[in-house]
Amino acid sequence: MNRKRKIKNIDSSTRSPVIRFDRLPCKFLELKDKHSLNLDCGVNLRNFRIAYKCYGKLNKNKTNAILVCHALTGDQFVSGTHPITGKKGWWDILVGPGKPLDTKKFFIICSNILGGCMGSTGPMDVNPKTKKLYGLHFPVITVGDMVNAQKLLIDHLGIEKLFCVIGGSLGGMQVLQWACSYPEKVFSAIAIATAAKHSAQNISFHEIGRRSIMTDPNWNSGKYFTKELIPSRGLSVARMIAHITYLSEEGLHAKFGRNLQDKKKITYGFGADFQVESYLRHQGKTFVERFDANSYLYITRAMDYFDLGKKYRGVLSNAFRGTKTRFCIISFSSDWLFPTSESLALVKALNSVNANVSFSAIETDKGHDSFLLNVPEFFRVVRNYLQGISRFI
Amino acid sequence: MNLRKDLKIIADMISENSRVLDIGCGDGELLYYLGKFKEVDGRGIEISHNGLNKCLQSGLSVVQGDIVAGLDYPKKSFDFVILSQTIQTIHSPKAALIEMLRVGKMAIVSFPNFGHWLVRLSFLSRGSMPVTKSLPYKWHNTPNIHLCTIQDFVDLCKNLKISIDQIYILGELNKFYKKELPLGFSNLFGKQAVFLLSK
Repeated sequence: MNRKRKIKNIDSSTRSPVIRFDRLPCKFLELKDKHSLNLDCGVNLRNFRIAYKCYGKLNKNKTNAILVCHALTGDQFVSGTHPITGKKGWWDILVGPGKPLDTKKFFIICSNILGGCMGSTGPMDVNPKTKKLYGLHFPVITVGDMVNAQKLLIDHLGIEKLFCVIGGSLGGMQVLQWACSYPEKVFSAIAIATAAKHSAQNISFHEIGRRSIMTDPNWNSGKYFTKELIPSRGLSVARMIAHITYLSEEGLHAKFGRNLQDKKKITYGFGADFQVESYLRHQGKTFVERFDANSYLYITRAMDYFDLGKKYRGVLSNAFRGTKTRFCIISFSSDWLFPTSESLALVKALNSVNANVSFSAIETDKGHDSFLLNVPEFFRVVRNYLQGISRFI
Repeated sequence: MNLRKDLKIIADMISENSRVLDIGCGDGELLYYLGKFKEVDGRGIEISHNGLNKCLQSGLSVVQGDIVAGLDYPKKSFDFVILSQTIQTIHSPKAALIEMLRVGKMAIVSFPNFGHWLVRLSFLSRGSMPVTKSLPYKWHNTPNIHLCTIQDFVDLCKNLKISIDQIYILGELNKFYKKELPLGFSNLFGKQAVFLLSK
């Protein structure tokens, strides 16, 4: 597989840095023919790659491994400095020495999801058959496929049973899928701000984002890279829409209100008069610098297709029947994207099959993004939960 | 391990290897004891963050919430459902009892007795809401919204056709003693009661 390729955008209004995947400070697992994946869509994926990063040390008996599953726009750079953005890793607040996911105690693994754009095989990879970038010829992957790929990594690392699988949002979906697909490999599962299936409203928001990208003048049916362009306007608008769903009205109001950006009065125009407008535009702009448009389509699609109970005629509890995995389900009061009611439905399903489940609804005004932010009560629950179940290992 | 008096009585009622649900489990003291000494498969419900976190630290499976929305468990999925020192704080004690016996084969309820002579004396003499060792709150900041006497509770069980299998009363010597119906003087001298119920 050719790793020495780069994406360059020469559109002067949408400059973005070159991402050389082979230079990313992480490990790569190359999976050749005998480790091909039978994807849910029917395609057999061969010769693919998983980019991953580990923190902490695996103990002698390999019983302290925690798999972190990242969300839609996350990646394997959980902690420390992100090599592309220069900012802290997306879960630096939770992962590190002395933090709730203590790297002095646990071996933390995180891989870039299949279909991602930070080193794992995705639409911006070279198709080994055609020697050209996949683009929209990349097969449509599901959360199940992402987890099956992760499982290959865990097998490669020689870990028989993960002490914990943890993630929020799409990461939480992967956690649930892990518990469903590989119950014998998951000692405990912490599913945060997530749901057993994507709601109609959530699918709608994703669809707007996708349409925004696919109607961008640079889109070129997903082959924008052949013209060395990026559908950056569409992608940044998609990000702006999504970002609002990650926050709450009370949070936005507390942060910005109706304050004007560097102005004393409104301009009677369509510039970024309000601070919140300027903030959203900034979110959109910086997102384009680190995330691929095609990956955005594929990953949002995987979330939309996620429906854990579907295989069991809609009876979610059957997905967990007989499970010995211990669960911790966490939701946030102001999260209207994955509201507490979704977590309670999970708790109910798990209770129906006598699973060991703990649940906490955390009070916060930080919305869906709470799992990424400084919410001390959330850290407390994760820390105490991991401490408590350690006595059973 | 030193359990609270009523919790010790409750723990003795629980059979080994049974499935137990403790509603309003606090810091998980009873569940932890039952898990450790009676190999019970326990679950808890607790509304406070502090209580929940103490339970999590002990490795207990506890759901944050209260009984208002009902109990989201299949029927008869527990051998015992416990409500200790909590029935007087909840909105619908009657509905709670019915739910407990839907979800559990047996229910165990403990509560302070509002018919105790010290309570009656407080009304008679001072004409004010009682503050006793079993009822330590002032009227304006008490969580107790549905206080009852032991007799009241017996009457409610009869009304709901709930079978009272065992009664333990905390007497004047601060010791629990077993009591058979009729209550006799227990409603006057009993400070607390623990009931084992079935339906």
